Amino acid sequence: MGKTLAEKIWGEHIVRSAPGEPDLVYIDLHLIHEVTSPQAFDGLRLAGRKVRRTDLTIATEDHNTPTLNIDKPIADPVSKLQVDTLRANCKEFGVRIHSLGDAEQGIVHVVGPQLGLTQPGMTIVCGDSHTSTHGAFGALAFGIGTSEVEHVLATQTLPLARPKTMAINVEGKLKAGVTAKDIILAIIAKIGTGGGQGYVIEYRGSAIRELSMEGRMTICNMSIEAGARAGLIAPDEKTFAYIKGKPHAPEEFDAALAYWKTLFTDADAQFDVEVNLDADALEPFVTWGTNPGQGLPLNANVPNPAEISDPEARGAAERALVYMGLEAGTPLKKIAIDTVFLGSCTNGRIEDLRAAADVLKGKKISSTLRMLVVPGSARVRLQAEQEGLDKVFLDAGAEWRNAGCSMCLGMNPDQLAVGERSASTSNRNFEGRQGKGGRTHLVSPLVAAATALRGTLSSPADL
Amino acid sequence: MEKFIKHTGSGVPLRRSNVDTDQIIPAVYLKRVTRSGFEDGLFSAWRNDPEFVLNQEAYKKGTVLVAGVDFGTGSSREHAVWALQNYGFKAVISSRFADIFRGNSLKGGLLTVIIDQSDVENIWAAIEADPTTQIMVDLDTRTVSYNSTVLPFEIDDYTRWRLMEGLDDIGLTLKETDSIDSFEGNRASYKPKTLPIKK
Repeated sequence: MGKTLAEKIWGEHIVRSAPGEPDLVYIDLHLIHEVTSPQAFDGLRLAGRKVRRTDLTIATEDHNTPTLNIDKPIADPVSKLQVDTLRANCKEFGVRIHSLGDAEQGIVHVVGPQLGLTQPGMTIVCGDSHTSTHGAFGALAFGIGTSEVEHVLATQTLPLARPKTMAINVEGKLKAGVTAKDIILAIIAKIGTGGGQGYVIEYRGSAIRELSMEGRMTICNMSIEAGARAGLIAPDEKTFAYIKGKPHAPEEFDAALAYWKTLFTDADAQFDVEVNLDADALEPFVTWGTNPGQGLPLNANVPNPAEISDPEARGAAERALVYMGLEAGTPLKKIAIDTVFLGSCTNGRIEDLRAAADVLKGKKISSTLRMLVVPGSARVRLQAEQEGLDKVFLDAGAEWRNAGCSMCLGMNPDQLAVGERSASTSNRNFEGRQGKGGRTHLVSPLVAAATALRGTLSSPADL
Repeated sequence: MEKFIKHTGSGVPLRRSNVDTDQIIPAVYLKRVTRSGFEDGLFSAWRNDPEFVLNQEAYKKGTVLVAGVDFGTGSSREHAVWALQNYGFKAVISSRFADIFRGNSLKGGLLTVIIDQSDVENIWAAIEADPTTQIMVDLDTRTVSYNSTVLPFEIDDYTRWRLMEGLDDIGLTLKETDSIDSFEGNRASYKPKTLPIKK
């Protein structure tokens, strides 16, 4: 019997396997940031261990970093200590780092691909659950905890149980205004936040193949919101073209390419589970609740918990409506928004900024809200400025910020106030995720831009 | 790591599903560079509510958290495990855990026990009827017991052995250094390297 793509990559990275034990899996690339690494470096220091492969390790600063006044020291002393600790650790252990102000600084999952370090067939880890993003290149990429960060630093391997495999087939053609973000939000609404638990998801089908690399990254990024540690897409000509010419593209490109072309799921391979989604039927999707599975098409109304039969889901919906300050039956399009956030490792890449700028061009955002535009990396910001996108955003009345995780999580100065409501292109609508008491609706960049213009949740078709 | 063989303590009923890691410990608490002191951030958004279970006198001494389905979803922050441990929890029982959270918990010696949702409901009922009910989580026999009920749970032999011996994963892997060296000797030369930095 043939193998799935995930099984091929797994098999090629087994250092040691024994019955009844986890496989020892080799890690090709380890990405590091300031939040989940200090205790790992401390562990190495205490045990007198070194970083085994500094040449397969790279760090950047993203979670704590401000997006304004980046030439000044970080104002929050605790954030500053964490960033300073990363810099000191990288210096002590010999790890390459891109610090705030550096042209390659940015969100770790934007930086890896733009440097060309993310390539098909690799195993990639980072102490961040959105590491699944890199699966868009046909890599097996997943988030790890700090103990595992220390393990990879010390050994360049991880003991791991072999995951099950799930195929999600998205066939058909997306309507205009429907994007990768809508596909993944619809998938999560369908299978639930625990639906992918224990699986590696392979996204397949004509609608997936049609997506750009940026769109594929958006899909794989939110695998974790479906409960799957990793999600991937078989590499193709788009993947190869994206990597070619990047700073770390292989010098032996043809040899690499020959290998990359073997990276697909065999015709006779079996997935443990298959899920089908019809791309033709998809509409712009938004979340109404406090977990990413609580989403609906934008044309729908806020659901009535009384109509949900599963008691767990009903209880969760009841709590979510209270937290979100929403009434059952309210059309989603009538929900007024205070802040629009365009950015994050989900939707902070150049194509996302272009899509939103296209909607905003020559128009003004509603006076009832603010809009933050935060490029995923300093390189994305530079490219956007070369294309004049910064002027589009500024002329529309939005704020043009420096790169970082920003408002995706309440760890840096960009936060929602209590009760403030956002339409956010990020990945999590958990209670308090964007700031204590903040209310988050997850949306695509197109919906974000249209919402900014109209003041209520909207798609470009409403303009 | 401390050995985990069995633990007996009172239970804390957390009747919520989808308790994500942002609820267990919000990002604002993740800025520490140590492994301790995270207990003040545990469930921080809910701790202001006097009705919240951890604020109820009867459950203040609990060491076994009994949670709803899909506990620990969201980010990979191991701080969520540390916060639970720093607070005093030794085990968490649920019908389903998020993968990364579960991996982190078992690395750090916080035992996460998976049982059927109906059994979770029964434990909730028992510890709500009598908060002093003792729950025993026994890794040796792979059972959870309270009152006269004994529930088996599954955990793989390797993880069980590692927890019962209190073994450090890194130390175990470093015994395989020869295998790692030999694997590296066969890696394709076109695989990318981060160093030296190319301009």
